[in-house]
Amino acid sequence: MVNIGVLALQGSFREHLHILSLLERVNPCEVKTVGDLEKISGLILPGGESTTIGKLLKDFDLTEPIIQRITTGMPVWGTCAGMILLAKEIVDEDYCHLELMDIAVRRNAYGSQLESFNTAMNIPQVSDKKIPLVFIRAPWVERVGANVQVMATLNNRIIAVQQQNMLATSFHPELTQDLSFHSYFVKMVIDKANSI
Amino acid sequence: MNGRYELNKNLAQMLKGGVIMDVTNAKEAEIAQKAGAVAVMALERVPADIRKQGGVARMSDPKMIKEIKSAVTIPVMAKARIGHFVEAQILEALGIDYIDESEVLTPADDMYHIDKRNFKIPFVCGARNLGEALRRIGEGAAMIRTKGEAGTGNVVEAVRHMRTIMAEIRKLKNLPREELMTAAKEMGAPYDLVVKVAEDGKLPVVNFAAGGIATPADAALMMQLGSEGVFVGSGIFKSANPEKRAKAIVKATTYFNNPEILAEVSEDLGEAMYGLEISQIAQEQILANRGW
Repeated sequence: MVNIGVLALQGSFREHLHILSLLERVNPCEVKTVGDLEKISGLILPGGESTTIGKLLKDFDLTEPIIQRITTGMPVWGTCAGMILLAKEIVDEDYCHLELMDIAVRRNAYGSQLESFNTAMNIPQVSDKKIPLVFIRAPWVERVGANVQVMATLNNRIIAVQQQNMLATSFHPELTQDLSFHSYFVKMVIDKANSI
Repeated sequence: MNGRYELNKNLAQMLKGGVIMDVTNAKEAEIAQKAGAVAVMALERVPADIRKQGGVARMSDPKMIKEIKSAVTIPVMAKARIGHFVEAQILEALGIDYIDESEVLTPADDMYHIDKRNFKIPFVCGARNLGEALRRIGEGAAMIRTKGEAGTGNVVEAVRHMRTIMAEIRKLKNLPREELMTAAKEMGAPYDLVVKVAEDGKLPVVNFAAGGIATPADAALMMQLGSEGVFVGSGIFKSANPEKRAKAIVKATTYFNNPEILAEVSEDLGEAMYGLEISQIAQEQILANRGW
Protein backbone atom coordinates (compact mmCIF):
# COMPACT_ATOMS: atom_id res chain seq x y z
CA MET A 1 0.00 0.00 0.00
CA VAL A 2 1.13 3.54 -0.72
CA ASN A 3 -0.31 6.63 0.95
CA ILE A 4 -1.29 9.13 -1.70
CA GLY A 5 -2.36 12.54 -0.43
CA VAL A 6 -4.76 15.03 -1.95
CA LEU A 7 -4.34 18.65 -0.91
CA ALA A 8 -7.69 19.29 0.80
CA LEU A 9 -7.79 23.05 1.30
CA GLN A 10 -10.38 23.90 -1.36
CA GLY A 11 -11.75 22.53 -4.62
CA SER A 12 -12.40 19.05 -6.00
CA PHE A 13 -10.36 17.06 -3.50
CA ARG A 14 -13.16 14.62 -2.61
CA GLU A 15 -13.42 13.53 -6.25
CA HIS A 16 -9.70 12.72 -6.36
CA LEU A 17 -9.91 10.83 -3.05
CA HIS A 18 -12.85 8.85 -4.40
CA ILE A 19 -11.04 7.79 -7.57
CA LEU A 20 -7.92 6.86 -5.58
CA SER A 21 -10.12 4.71 -3.33
CA LEU A 22 -11.13 2.66 -6.40
CA LEU A 23 -7.52 1.76 -7.18
CA GLU A 24 -5.60 -1.16 -5.73
CA ARG A 25 -2.61 -0.70 -3.45
CA VAL A 26 -3.56 2.92 -2.65
CA ASN A 27 -4.49 4.47 0.67
CA PRO A 28 -5.97 7.92 -0.12
CA CYS A 29 -5.28 10.65 2.48
CA GLU A 30 -6.51 14.20 2.94
CA VAL A 31 -3.66 16.68 3.31
CA LYS A 32 -4.41 19.77 5.35
CA THR A 33 -1.39 20.08 7.65
CA VAL A 34 2.38 19.61 7.67
CA GLY A 35 1.80 16.45 9.72
CA ASP A 36 -0.41 15.00 6.96
CA LEU A 37 2.30 15.78 4.42
CA GLU A 38 4.87 13.68 6.26
CA LYS A 39 2.82 10.49 5.88
CA ILE A 40 2.41 10.47 2.10
CA SER A 41 4.46 9.14 -0.82
CA GLY A 42 2.70 11.15 -3.55
CA LEU A 43 0.55 14.28 -3.68
CA ILE A 44 -2.29 15.47 -5.89
CA LEU A 45 -3.01 19.20 -6.13
CA PRO A 46 -6.69 19.32 -7.13
CA GLY A 47 -8.78 21.70 -9.22
CA GLY A 48 -10.28 24.70 -7.48
CA GLU A 49 -9.31 28.35 -7.37
CA SER A 50 -5.52 28.67 -7.54
CA THR A 51 -5.55 32.11 -5.86
CA THR A 52 -7.52 30.69 -2.92
CA ILE A 53 -5.45 27.52 -2.57
CA GLY A 54 -2.15 29.41 -3.02
CA LYS A 55 -3.14 31.85 -0.31
CA LEU A 56 -4.13 29.12 2.13
CA LEU A 57 -0.86 27.26 1.45
CA LYS A 58 1.05 30.37 2.41
CA ASP A 59 -1.08 31.36 5.42
CA PHE A 60 -0.81 27.90 6.94
CA ASP A 61 2.93 27.53 6.21
CA LEU A 62 2.50 24.61 3.82
CA THR A 63 4.30 26.11 0.81
CA GLU A 64 7.87 25.43 1.96
CA PRO A 65 7.27 21.88 3.28
CA ILE A 66 5.55 20.93 0.00
CA ILE A 67 8.38 22.40 -2.08
CA GLN A 68 10.83 20.50 0.11
CA ARG A 69 9.07 17.15 -0.44
CA ILE A 70 8.73 17.63 -4.20
CA THR A 71 12.31 18.80 -4.79
CA THR A 72 13.53 15.73 -2.94
CA GLY A 73 11.63 13.49 -5.33
CA MET A 74 8.04 12.96 -4.12
CA PRO A 75 5.77 12.54 -7.16
CA VAL A 76 3.18 15.31 -7.53
CA TRP A 77 0.31 15.82 -9.95
CA GLY A 78 -1.51 19.12 -10.42
CA THR A 79 -4.91 19.23 -12.16
CA CYS A 80 -6.07 22.61 -13.49
CA ALA A 81 -5.54 24.92 -10.47
CA GLY A 82 -2.87 22.42 -9.37
CA MET A 83 -1.02 22.99 -12.65
CA ILE A 84 -1.02 26.73 -11.93
CA LEU A 85 0.33 26.10 -8.43
CA LEU A 86 3.28 24.13 -9.85
CA ALA A 87 4.25 26.58 -12.61
CA LYS A 88 7.36 28.76 -12.44
CA GLU A 89 5.55 31.41 -14.48
CA ILE A 90 1.93 32.55 -14.66
CA VAL A 91 1.45 34.58 -17.85
CA ASP A 92 0.40 38.23 -17.21
CA GLU A 93 0.72 37.85 -13.43
CA ASP A 94 3.57 39.00 -11.22
CA TYR A 95 3.31 36.14 -8.74
CA CYS A 96 3.54 32.38 -8.70
CA HIS A 97 2.99 29.74 -6.02
CA LEU A 98 5.22 26.67 -5.62
CA GLU A 99 7.51 27.67 -8.54
CA LEU A 100 8.61 24.14 -9.37
CA MET A 101 7.88 23.27 -13.01
CA ASP A 102 9.56 24.93 -15.97
CA ILE A 103 6.29 25.89 -17.58
CA ALA A 104 4.54 29.20 -18.30
CA VAL A 105 0.81 28.77 -17.69
CA ARG A 106 -2.03 31.03 -18.81
CA ARG A 107 -4.96 31.10 -16.37
CA ASN A 108 -8.56 30.92 -17.67
CA ALA A 109 -6.92 30.58 -21.08
CA TYR A 110 -10.13 29.49 -22.80
CA GLY A 111 -12.30 32.23 -21.24
CA SER A 112 -15.30 32.24 -18.89
CA GLN A 113 -17.52 29.29 -17.95
CA LEU A 114 -19.36 29.63 -21.30
CA GLU A 115 -16.12 28.41 -22.92
CA SER A 116 -15.73 25.32 -20.68
CA PHE A 117 -15.89 22.08 -22.70
CA ASN A 118 -15.57 18.27 -22.85
CA THR A 119 -13.58 16.25 -25.33
CA ALA A 120 -11.69 12.95 -25.57
CA MET A 121 -8.31 12.01 -27.00
CA ASN A 122 -5.56 9.41 -27.09
CA ILE A 123 -2.60 10.00 -24.80
CA PRO A 124 -0.52 6.87 -25.56
CA GLN A 125 1.81 7.36 -22.62
CA VAL A 126 -1.15 7.07 -20.23
CA SER A 127 -3.61 4.69 -21.88
CA ASP A 128 -4.23 2.90 -25.17
CA LYS A 129 -7.88 3.93 -24.99
CA LYS A 130 -9.35 7.37 -25.58
CA ILE A 131 -9.40 9.44 -22.39
CA PRO A 132 -12.34 11.78 -21.63
CA LEU A 133 -11.07 15.29 -20.88
CA VAL A 134 -13.03 17.94 -18.93
CA PHE A 135 -11.90 21.57 -19.17
CA ILE A 136 -13.43 23.99 -16.62
CA ARG A 137 -12.21 27.58 -17.00
CA ALA A 138 -8.99 25.78 -17.79
CA PRO A 139 -5.41 26.99 -18.12
CA TRP A 140 -3.02 25.94 -20.88
CA VAL A 141 0.75 25.79 -21.02
CA GLU A 142 2.23 28.49 -23.21
CA ARG A 143 5.94 27.64 -22.96
CA VAL A 144 7.96 24.73 -21.59
CA GLY A 145 11.59 24.36 -20.54
CA ALA A 146 13.94 21.92 -22.29
CA ASN A 147 13.55 19.29 -19.55
CA VAL A 148 9.74 19.23 -19.73
CA GLN A 149 8.04 16.52 -21.72
CA VAL A 150 4.84 17.51 -23.53
CA MET A 151 2.36 14.62 -23.13
CA ALA A 152 -0.62 16.07 -24.97
CA THR A 153 -1.69 19.04 -27.04
CA LEU A 154 -5.15 20.09 -28.16
CA ASN A 155 -5.53 22.53 -31.07
CA ASN A 156 -1.82 23.33 -30.75
CA ARG A 157 -2.15 24.17 -27.05
CA ILE A 158 -0.21 22.17 -24.48
CA ILE A 159 -2.58 20.53 -21.98
CA ALA A 160 -0.47 17.84 -20.25
CA VAL A 161 3.19 17.89 -19.25
CA GLN A 162 5.67 15.92 -17.18
CA GLN A 163 8.98 16.98 -15.70
CA GLN A 164 10.62 14.09 -13.82
CA ASN A 165 8.44 13.50 -10.71
CA MET A 166 6.01 16.30 -11.59
CA LEU A 167 2.88 15.85 -13.69
CA ALA A 168 0.44 18.61 -14.65
CA THR A 169 -2.81 18.61 -16.63
CA SER A 170 -5.14 21.44 -17.72
CA PHE A 171 -8.11 19.12 -17.41
CA HIS A 172 -9.85 17.19 -14.62
CA PRO A 173 -9.62 13.36 -14.75
CA GLU A 174 -11.21 13.38 -11.26
CA LEU A 175 -14.52 14.53 -12.79
CA THR A 176 -14.80 11.49 -15.09
CA GLN A 177 -15.23 7.75 -14.53
CA ASP A 178 -11.95 7.06 -16.30
CA LEU A 179 -9.20 5.78 -14.01
CA SER A 180 -6.29 5.84 -16.43
CA PHE A 181 -4.66 9.12 -15.40
CA HIS A 182 -4.90 8.25 -11.72
CA SER A 183 -3.47 4.78 -12.46
CA TYR A 184 -0.61 6.44 -14.33
CA PHE A 185 0.15 8.68 -11.35
CA VAL A 186 -0.14 5.80 -8.87
CA LYS A 187 2.44 3.94 -10.96
CA MET A 188 4.76 6.95 -10.75
CA VAL A 189 4.40 6.86 -6.95
CA ILE A 190 4.91 3.11 -6.65
CA ASP A 191 7.91 3.13 -9.01
CA LYS A 192 9.45 5.90 -6.95
CA ALA A 193 8.78 4.04 -3.67
CA ASN A 194 10.37 0.86 -5.13
CA SER A 195 13.43 2.73 -6.33
CA ILE A 196 14.36 3.83 -2.80
CA MET B 1 -27.14 20.14 -23.69
CA ASN B 2 -26.49 17.33 -21.25
CA GLY B 3 -22.73 17.84 -21.65
CA ARG B 4 -23.19 21.53 -20.92
CA TYR B 5 -25.18 20.79 -17.74
CA GLU B 6 -22.43 18.44 -16.55
CA LEU B 7 -19.79 21.13 -17.20
CA ASN B 8 -21.86 23.63 -15.25
CA LYS B 9 -22.23 21.26 -12.30
CA ASN B 10 -18.47 20.68 -12.55
CA LEU B 11 -17.69 24.38 -12.13
CA ALA B 12 -19.63 24.26 -8.85
CA GLN B 13 -17.41 21.31 -7.83
CA MET B 14 -14.39 23.60 -8.25
CA LEU B 15 -15.93 26.15 -5.86
CA LYS B 16 -16.34 23.61 -3.05
CA GLY B 17 -14.74 24.39 0.28
CA GLY B 18 -14.66 28.03 -0.74
CA VAL B 19 -16.30 31.35 0.07
CA ILE B 20 -18.28 33.38 -2.47
CA MET B 21 -18.45 37.05 -1.48
CA ASP B 22 -20.93 39.80 -2.38
CA VAL B 23 -19.16 42.85 -3.85
CA THR B 24 -20.60 46.13 -5.11
CA ASN B 25 -17.62 47.56 -7.03
CA ALA B 26 -14.22 46.67 -8.51
CA LYS B 27 -12.35 47.70 -5.37
CA GLU B 28 -14.35 45.37 -3.15
CA ALA B 29 -13.92 42.61 -5.74
CA GLU B 30 -10.14 42.98 -5.52
CA ILE B 31 -10.27 42.86 -1.72
CA ALA B 32 -12.38 39.69 -1.91
CA GLN B 33 -10.01 38.01 -4.37
CA LYS B 34 -7.01 38.98 -2.28
CA ALA B 35 -8.66 37.57 0.81
CA GLY B 36 -9.06 34.20 -0.95
CA ALA B 37 -12.66 34.22 -2.23
CA VAL B 38 -13.34 31.47 -4.80
CA ALA B 39 -15.82 33.71 -6.65
CA VAL B 40 -17.51 37.07 -6.28
CA MET B 41 -21.19 37.96 -6.56
CA ALA B 42 -21.54 41.32 -8.31
CA LEU B 43 -24.51 43.37 -7.11
CA GLU B 44 -25.37 47.03 -6.65
CA ARG B 45 -26.54 46.85 -3.06
CA VAL B 46 -25.79 44.16 -0.50
CA PRO B 47 -28.91 42.53 1.00
CA ALA B 48 -28.67 44.56 4.24
CA ASP B 49 -29.00 47.78 2.20
CA ILE B 50 -31.77 46.38 0.00
CA ARG B 51 -33.62 45.53 3.20
CA LYS B 52 -33.06 48.99 4.67
CA GLN B 53 -33.82 51.03 1.54
CA GLY B 54 -36.78 48.99 0.32
CA GLY B 55 -38.25 49.49 -3.17
CA VAL B 56 -37.79 47.12 -6.11
CA ALA B 57 -34.38 45.45 -6.28
CA ARG B 58 -33.31 44.54 -9.83
CA MET B 59 -30.39 43.07 -11.78
CA SER B 60 -27.25 45.26 -11.50
CA ASP B 61 -26.04 47.69 -14.16
CA PRO B 62 -24.03 45.74 -16.79
CA LYS B 63 -21.35 48.44 -16.63
CA MET B 64 -20.69 47.68 -12.98
CA ILE B 65 -20.69 43.92 -13.64
CA LYS B 66 -18.17 44.39 -16.48
CA GLU B 67 -15.92 46.51 -14.25
CA ILE B 68 -15.93 43.77 -11.62
CA LYS B 69 -15.30 41.11 -14.25
CA SER B 70 -12.21 42.92 -15.49
CA ALA B 71 -10.93 43.55 -11.94
CA VAL B 72 -10.63 39.86 -10.95
CA THR B 73 -9.52 36.50 -12.36
CA ILE B 74 -11.82 34.37 -10.17
CA PRO B 75 -15.36 33.48 -11.39
CA VAL B 76 -17.95 36.26 -11.37
CA MET B 77 -21.59 35.66 -10.50
CA ALA B 78 -24.52 38.07 -10.69
CA LYS B 79 -28.16 38.01 -9.61
CA ALA B 80 -31.30 37.94 -11.75
CA ARG B 81 -34.80 38.35 -10.33
CA ILE B 82 -36.84 35.17 -9.85
CA GLY B 83 -38.58 34.45 -13.17
CA HIS B 84 -36.88 37.31 -15.03
CA PHE B 85 -35.45 35.34 -17.92
CA VAL B 86 -34.51 38.48 -19.85
CA GLU B 87 -32.25 39.66 -17.04
CA ALA B 88 -30.72 36.19 -17.25
CA GLN B 89 -30.27 36.54 -21.03
CA ILE B 90 -28.48 39.85 -20.45
CA LEU B 91 -26.20 38.37 -17.79
CA GLU B 92 -25.37 35.46 -20.10
CA ALA B 93 -24.52 37.93 -22.87
CA LEU B 94 -22.07 39.65 -20.49
CA GLY B 95 -20.07 36.42 -20.38
CA ILE B 96 -20.03 36.04 -16.60
CA ASP B 97 -19.63 32.59 -15.02
CA TYR B 98 -22.77 31.97 -12.94
CA ILE B 99 -26.26 33.45 -12.43
CA ASP B 100 -27.98 33.48 -9.04
CA GLU B 101 -31.76 33.47 -9.57
CA SER B 102 -32.22 35.16 -6.25
CA GLU B 103 -34.94 35.91 -3.74
CA VAL B 104 -32.81 38.84 -2.56
CA LEU B 105 -34.04 40.74 -5.63
CA THR B 106 -37.74 41.50 -6.03
CA PRO B 107 -39.39 38.59 -7.90
CA ALA B 108 -40.45 39.37 -11.48
CA ASP B 109 -42.84 36.43 -11.68
CA ASP B 110 -45.09 35.35 -8.82
CA MET B 111 -45.68 31.85 -10.21
CA TYR B 112 -42.74 30.60 -12.25
CA HIS B 113 -38.98 30.44 -12.08
CA ILE B 114 -36.63 30.76 -15.08
CA ASP B 115 -36.37 27.70 -17.35
CA LYS B 116 -32.69 27.36 -16.67
CA ARG B 117 -32.21 24.53 -19.17
CA ASN B 118 -32.66 27.13 -21.91
CA PHE B 119 -29.33 28.67 -21.01
CA LYS B 120 -25.70 27.79 -21.58
CA ILE B 121 -24.63 29.60 -18.39
CA PRO B 122 -25.03 27.82 -15.02
CA PHE B 123 -27.52 28.91 -12.34
CA VAL B 124 -27.50 28.71 -8.56
CA CYS B 125 -30.83 28.92 -6.72
CA GLY B 126 -31.91 29.20 -3.09
CA ALA B 127 -33.90 26.54 -1.24
CA ARG B 128 -35.42 26.13 2.22
CA ASN B 129 -36.11 22.42 1.94
CA LEU B 130 -35.44 19.40 -0.25
CA GLY B 131 -38.59 19.77 -2.35
CA GLU B 132 -37.68 23.33 -3.27
CA ALA B 133 -34.07 22.32 -4.04
CA LEU B 134 -35.23 19.50 -6.33
CA ARG B 135 -37.75 21.75 -8.13
CA ARG B 136 -34.93 24.19 -8.91
CA ILE B 137 -32.63 21.34 -10.02
CA GLY B 138 -35.50 20.04 -12.15
CA GLU B 139 -35.61 23.46 -13.84
CA GLY B 140 -31.88 23.21 -14.53
CA ALA B 141 -30.07 24.75 -11.53
CA ALA B 142 -26.46 23.45 -11.42
CA MET B 143 -25.92 24.46 -7.78
CA ILE B 144 -28.11 24.97 -4.71
CA ARG B 145 -27.69 27.22 -1.69
CA THR B 146 -29.80 27.64 1.41
CA LYS B 147 -31.87 30.80 1.37
CA GLY B 148 -31.25 31.64 5.00
CA GLU B 149 -32.46 35.17 5.61
CA ALA B 150 -30.20 37.50 3.65
CA GLY B 151 -29.09 40.84 5.03
CA THR B 152 -29.80 39.97 8.66
CA GLY B 153 -26.41 38.80 9.90
CA ASN B 154 -28.44 36.12 11.67
CA VAL B 155 -27.50 32.54 10.77
CA VAL B 156 -30.55 30.87 12.31
CA GLU B 157 -32.54 30.57 9.06
CA ALA B 158 -29.58 29.15 7.09
CA VAL B 159 -29.12 26.57 9.87
CA ARG B 160 -32.80 25.68 9.72
CA HIS B 161 -32.74 25.29 5.93
CA MET B 162 -29.56 23.21 5.92
CA ARG B 163 -30.82 20.97 8.73
CA THR B 164 -34.15 20.57 6.96
CA ILE B 165 -32.53 19.58 3.65
CA MET B 166 -30.13 17.14 5.35
CA ALA B 167 -32.90 15.57 7.45
CA GLU B 168 -35.11 15.12 4.39
CA ILE B 169 -32.24 13.50 2.47
CA ARG B 170 -31.62 11.08 5.37
CA LYS B 171 -35.32 10.27 5.47
CA LEU B 172 -35.52 9.56 1.72
CA LYS B 173 -32.49 7.29 1.94
CA ASN B 174 -34.36 5.03 4.33
CA LEU B 175 -37.66 4.85 2.46
CA PRO B 176 -38.54 1.67 0.57
CA ARG B 177 -38.82 2.20 -3.17
CA GLU B 178 -42.64 2.02 -3.23
CA GLU B 179 -42.90 5.03 -0.89
CA LEU B 180 -40.82 7.33 -3.08
CA MET B 181 -43.64 8.39 -5.40
CA THR B 182 -45.77 9.56 -2.49
CA ALA B 183 -42.73 11.30 -1.02
CA ALA B 184 -42.24 13.07 -4.36
CA LYS B 185 -45.89 14.10 -4.38
CA GLU B 186 -45.74 15.39 -0.83
CA MET B 187 -42.61 17.46 -1.28
CA GLY B 188 -43.60 18.69 -4.73
CA ALA B 189 -40.41 17.38 -6.30
CA PRO B 190 -39.71 15.58 -9.60
CA TYR B 191 -39.91 11.80 -9.03
CA ASP B 192 -36.67 10.98 -10.90
CA LEU B 193 -34.71 13.36 -8.72
CA VAL B 194 -36.32 11.96 -5.56
CA VAL B 195 -35.19 8.47 -6.62
CA LYS B 196 -31.68 9.77 -7.36
CA VAL B 197 -31.37 11.42 -3.92
CA ALA B 198 -32.72 8.28 -2.22
CA GLU B 199 -30.07 6.19 -4.01
CA ASP B 200 -27.10 8.55 -3.60
CA GLY B 201 -27.92 9.97 -0.16
CA LYS B 202 -27.00 13.44 -1.38
CA LEU B 203 -28.16 16.19 -3.71
CA PRO B 204 -27.16 15.70 -7.35
CA VAL B 205 -25.52 19.16 -7.33
CA VAL B 206 -23.23 21.07 -4.97
CA ASN B 207 -24.98 22.58 -1.93
CA PHE B 208 -23.71 25.81 -0.32
CA ALA B 209 -24.92 27.81 2.68
CA ALA B 210 -26.15 31.39 2.33
CA GLY B 211 -28.21 33.99 4.13
CA GLY B 212 -27.07 35.52 7.41
CA ILE B 213 -23.49 34.26 7.68
CA ALA B 214 -21.49 36.97 9.49
CA THR B 215 -18.60 35.35 11.37
CA PRO B 216 -15.92 32.66 10.83
CA ALA B 217 -17.80 30.55 13.39
CA ASP B 218 -21.01 30.90 11.36
CA ALA B 219 -19.19 29.66 8.25
CA ALA B 220 -17.66 26.69 10.11
CA LEU B 221 -21.05 25.87 11.66
CA MET B 222 -22.63 25.64 8.22
CA MET B 223 -19.74 23.46 6.97
CA GLN B 224 -20.07 21.11 9.95
CA LEU B 225 -23.78 20.84 9.21
CA GLY B 226 -22.91 19.49 5.76
CA SER B 227 -22.65 22.57 3.57
CA GLU B 228 -20.03 22.33 0.79
CA GLY B 229 -19.05 26.01 0.87
CA VAL B 230 -20.53 29.38 1.85
CA PHE B 231 -21.86 32.59 0.39
CA VAL B 232 -21.25 35.70 2.48
CA GLY B 233 -23.30 38.71 1.49
CA SER B 234 -23.56 41.71 3.75
CA GLY B 235 -21.44 40.01 6.43
CA ILE B 236 -18.11 41.17 5.00
CA PHE B 237 -18.47 44.67 3.64
CA LYS B 238 -20.94 45.72 6.36
CA SER B 239 -18.44 44.84 9.08
CA ALA B 240 -15.79 47.08 10.68
CA ASN B 241 -12.80 45.42 8.99
CA PRO B 242 -13.89 43.71 5.75
CA GLU B 243 -10.45 42.57 4.64
CA LYS B 244 -9.57 40.88 7.90
CA ARG B 245 -13.02 39.33 8.29
CA ALA B 246 -13.00 38.06 4.70
CA LYS B 247 -9.64 36.32 5.23
CA ALA B 248 -10.83 34.84 8.51
CA ILE B 249 -14.00 33.43 6.96
CA VAL B 250 -11.97 31.84 4.13
CA LYS B 251 -9.70 30.12 6.65
CA ALA B 252 -12.62 29.03 8.81
CA THR B 253 -14.34 27.45 5.80
CA THR B 254 -11.26 25.34 5.02
CA TYR B 255 -10.44 24.39 8.62
CA PHE B 256 -14.07 24.15 9.76
CA ASN B 257 -13.25 21.07 11.84
CA ASN B 258 -10.28 22.54 13.69
CA PRO B 259 -11.37 24.58 16.76
CA GLU B 260 -7.80 25.82 17.48
CA ILE B 261 -7.57 27.43 14.06
CA LEU B 262 -11.13 28.74 14.37
CA ALA B 263 -10.24 30.39 17.69
CA GLU B 264 -7.16 31.95 16.18
CA VAL B 265 -8.86 33.40 13.09
CA SER B 266 -11.87 34.67 15.08
CA GLU B 267 -9.68 36.92 17.21
CA ASP B 268 -9.82 40.72 16.99
CA LEU B 269 -11.90 41.06 13.82
CA GLY B 270 -13.60 44.29 14.92
CA GLU B 271 -17.33 44.65 14.99
CA ALA B 272 -19.47 42.23 12.95
CA MET B 273 -22.37 43.60 10.91
CA TYR B 274 -25.39 44.71 12.89
CA GLY B 275 -27.74 41.74 13.26
CA LEU B 276 -31.51 41.47 13.01
CA GLU B 277 -33.74 39.20 15.07
CA ILE B 278 -35.91 37.29 12.56
CA SER B 279 -39.10 37.64 14.66
CA GLN B 280 -38.71 41.44 14.51
CA ILE B 281 -38.93 41.46 10.71
CA ALA B 282 -42.38 42.13 9.19
CA GLN B 283 -43.72 39.00 7.49
CA GLU B 284 -43.87 40.64 4.04
CA GLN B 285 -40.17 41.51 4.33
CA ILE B 286 -39.03 37.91 4.81
CA LEU B 287 -37.00 37.24 1.64
CA ALA B 288 -36.91 33.45 2.05
CA ASN B 289 -40.65 33.24 1.35
CA ARG B 290 -40.04 34.41 -2.21
CA GLY B 291 -39.88 31.55 -4.74
CA TRP B 292 -42.33 28.82 -5.56
